[in-house]
Amino acid sequence: MKLYLKIWRQKNAESKGSMVEYTLDGIENDMSFLEMLDVLNEGLINKGEEPVEFDHDCREGICGTCSLMINGRPHGPDSKITVCQLHMRSFNDGDTIVIEPWRAKAFPVIKDLIVDRNSFDRIQQAGGYISVNTSGRPVDANAIPIEKDLADASFNAATCIGCGACVAACKNASAMLFTSAKVSQFALLPQGRVEASERVLNMVRQMDLEGFGNCTNTGACEVECPKGISLENIARMNREYLSASVKG
Amino acid sequence: MGVLDSKIPSGPLADKWTNHKNKIDLVNPANKRNIDVIVVGTGLAGGSAAATLAELGYNVKTFCYQDSPRRAHSIAAQGGVNAAKNYQGDGDSVYRLFYDTVKGGDYRSREANVHRLAEVSTNIIDQCVAQGVPFAREYGGLLDNRSFGGVLVSRTFYAKGQTGQQLLLGAYAAMNRQIQRGKIKSYTRHEMLDMVLVDGKARGIIARNLVTGEIERHSGHAVVLATGGYGNLFFLSTYCMGANVMAAWKAHKRGAFFANPCFTQIHPTCIPVSGDHQSKLTLMSESLRNDGRIWVPKNIEDAKAIREGRLKPTELKEEDRDYYLERRYPAFGNLVPRDVASRAAKERCDAGYGVNKTGEAVYLDFAAAIMRYGREKALTSGMKNPDDATVRKLGEEIVEAKYGNLFQMYEKIVDQNPYKTPMMIYPAVHYTMGGLWVDYNLMTTVPGCYAAGEANFSDHGANRLGASALMQGLADGYFVLPYTIGDYLSDDIRTGPISTETEEFDAAEKNVRERIEKLMSTKGEHSVDYYHKRLGKIMWNKCGMARNEKELKEAMKEIAELRKDFWENVKVPGSPDAKNQELEKAGRVADFLELGELFAKDALDRNESCGGHFRDEYQTPEGEALRDDKNYTYVAAWEYKGEPSKAKLHKEDLVYENIEVKTRSYK
Ligand SMILES: Cc1cc2nc3c(=O)[nH]c(=O)nc-3n(C[C@H](O)[C@H](O)[C@H](O)COP(=O)(O)OP(=O)(O)OC[C@H]3O[C@@H](n4cnc5c(N)ncnc54)[C@H](O)[C@@H]3O)c2cc1C
Ligand code: SF4
Ligand code: FES
Repeated sequence: MKLYLKIWRQKNAESKGSMVEYTLDGIENDMSFLEMLDVLNEGLINKGEEPVEFDHDCREGICGTCSLMINGRPHGPDSKITVCQLHMRSFNDGDTIVIEPWRAKAFPVIKDLIVDRNSFDRIQQAGGYISVNTSGRPVDANAIPIEKDLADASFNAATCIGCGACVAACKNASAMLFTSAKVSQFALLPQGRVEASERVLNMVRQMDLEGFGNCTNTGACEVECPKGISLENIARMNREYLSASVKG
Repeated sequence: MGVLDSKIPSGPLADKWTNHKNKIDLVNPANKRNIDVIVVGTGLAGGSAAATLAELGYNVKTFCYQDSPRRAHSIAAQGGVNAAKNYQGDGDSVYRLFYDTVKGGDYRSREANVHRLAEVSTNIIDQCVAQGVPFAREYGGLLDNRSFGGVLVSRTFYAKGQTGQQLLLGAYAAMNRQIQRGKIKSYTRHEMLDMVLVDGKARGIIARNLVTGEIERHSGHAVVLATGGYGNLFFLSTYCMGANVMAAWKAHKRGAFFANPCFTQIHPTCIPVSGDHQSKLTLMSESLRNDGRIWVPKNIEDAKAIREGRLKPTELKEEDRDYYLERRYPAFGNLVPRDVASRAAKERCDAGYGVNKTGEAVYLDFAAAIMRYGREKALTSGMKNPDDATVRKLGEEIVEAKYGNLFQMYEKIVDQNPYKTPMMIYPAVHYTMGGLWVDYNLMTTVPGCYAAGEANFSDHGANRLGASALMQGLADGYFVLPYTIGDYLSDDIRTGPISTETEEFDAAEKNVRERIEKLMSTKGEHSVDYYHKRLGKIMWNKCGMARNEKELKEAMKEIAELRKDFWENVKVPGSPDAKNQELEKAGRVADFLELGELFAKDALDRNESCGGHFRDEYQTPEGEALRDDKNYTYVAAWEYKGEPSKAKLHKEDLVYENIEVKTRSYK
């Protein structure tokens, strides 16, 4: 198939970027979207031009590195997948495809389609853990049975890959879905209850400090999340936050 | 034994680790504050080591090339992690895990290390549960287990198809706690380009800030390399795109011996190659072999008809299918170890029974499991006479609960529904058992340079069993290295900070800058990928699932030529002083072009077949691997001598005092 690409090019964080157009031929259905970009880049290199930089690593939907806005949708037109899992069979011959980086104040562009998501790391550093020593002698793993439903719910929250699509999808660039998934993962388990109040207060404080926007319940994040992280997590975090604030 | 001293503690096997720990020199907490440790890599091994070292009181600096420690390749591990908990009461024990691992490794691993691994395996599960890792549970609330290949017990703990993700998030959380306390300084988007030795000891690294291109010096009293495996040498593999050998290779060039480079695992169940554009291969977890049955058509005409699209697999009658693993290995069936399963798939496909366009695929079929689970569920839900459609629906739900994300992944890539038609799979490069040689303390032959996780060679011999890499990474990082390193660092309590303003750092930085300059200035004809793909082809065709003398010799020659061409003709666009992914790739491929030659040399030198290393010349009449215990019961540790082809072999003899060395049989 033949494609018309419009891609955001930006030299570095300081410079101003712009959309650049490319025409690409010979793309096959079986190719992944990133393999299509590989073909584009190979062509650019052979012509002596700088290739388009984009973030990716595992190319199987688990590391959370890939992060492209395709025709206005984070991770592209398919639902419940990351862009590295997107295949060209989702497009048609002659299509125009617009490719941009995540847009958010807390995710500054580094180069072309690559953004800096360290703000997510800092939110997790603020409290996304259980304070147990790794060199200690914990009790036997089966000493505390945990209800399967709770364990499964915690797991579901923990499958967030930290990609940032929720932020990119949100008109306010809010990080509530991500932060609430992290808070929920621990809040749902007995091991995590001990520090629950402190955790939610610290993580939310950091989230606000990073400059993410407020949540106005539009739900766009849930729709675009490649891992199906549910809005219930936001509701849970709000409850946790409220009760923690009351406790002071 | 010459230069190699494995430092295996004396005494009975089961007491070695405990006794050793009791005798290790300790560094007191006040002194730990004066000691800096560099940890390169934040996967399971590096992440867990960094967190524990920081918690013990050392000042830790971590490095990873991704934008977050949480994205290390360990995140992609699917199926599970082993531990000798014996929660299922099916006869598991530390000894059995030890035995299975040594046997699974085809008697080419070190007894004492493997026993220690089995001993600490149970702590891993306790630790991870305490950290909040949400492992799968049964309805009673206790932890669930599944089986993996090469064993007859159920000892694998899992979190659906995302076990690596959950374990890594646990280690990352432990790291975050220490980052918050100021005990770990995390450098992301940083790549180690060289190691710095001062007075023969590892005292620092040269790293490139991948965002700005700056070359930085970092010093420490010890350097831990937890930089993963080198399977991307084959270009196509199940590794993440950035996985590389750079850190280990640079350490090798600075004096660390490289052990058993040719021991590489080719995993039997991966999604087959679909075309020339392919950039990576996707694993379908081994856990699927718990429920999936592997087969090809019994008649070659049927195979041909399927390839040409005239016949569907679901139309083939039971008696026309060849469940070749169940046929050849009745005792283990579909759960034979990986090396055995991969070779059997290759054998069928080479004989013309392959089932996809290219003839390089076999089926992994869940139809029987779906019906079996469905019937069970119908019974327990009190249904009297459910029809087939209901049973299938119930069964599909259970299979989805177990493997949902893998089935989704498959469907997205192949565009076929694996609940309705069997999956197509083929072997692919997946793991490297070889790596930096380490002693019992996990120290390489360079004093102060340690290697942990997949980067070292230590525990899996010639073949790794499923769910044992996660176990080893976490064992090394949480429970072994943070203690054994004390033995070395106890001599450094009065050393004081290591300066980076020394001749040694100057020289290493100069070396790095010159190399970058050379890569950028060649301005030749071909992209980095062009060379990487060519190298991959040589490796796969001549150093892959079956090897022989003639082709290995050809491979050595071809790789050396390709390397020469690379340095004369590679084209790296952009600037060295900015984000530059092509430059990053170029550095990695340059190292693979050296390692590849050593790999072939090692394979050529080992005149036997064992585990993942299969030499056409050495096989039984039934086509099984033929070991030569008399001449090859050793670890091949290579010393760098200027050129890969000139590397010098050192042998560490493997002594089996507790296990009787037998022919490995899964019949
Ligand atoms: C698809 C897949 C599924 C798997 N499933 C399982 C399973 O179910 N069970 C199991 O036991 N094993 C499994 N494995 C194997 C297992 O995941 C790996 O062996 C293990 O996770 C390796 O961990 P590690 O910590 O040694 O290295 P990695 O997790 O690979 O981490 C390497 C780290 O080193 C860093 N790094 C590398 N080079 C440099 C450099 N030059 N400078 C700076 N940083 C650098 C990287 O950034 C990264 O942080 C699987 C592997 C794959 C590919
Ligand atoms: S919540 Fe979903 S979209 Fe947001 S970071 Fe996590 S996985 Fe990505
Ligand atoms: S590259 Fe890892 S999720 Fe897309």
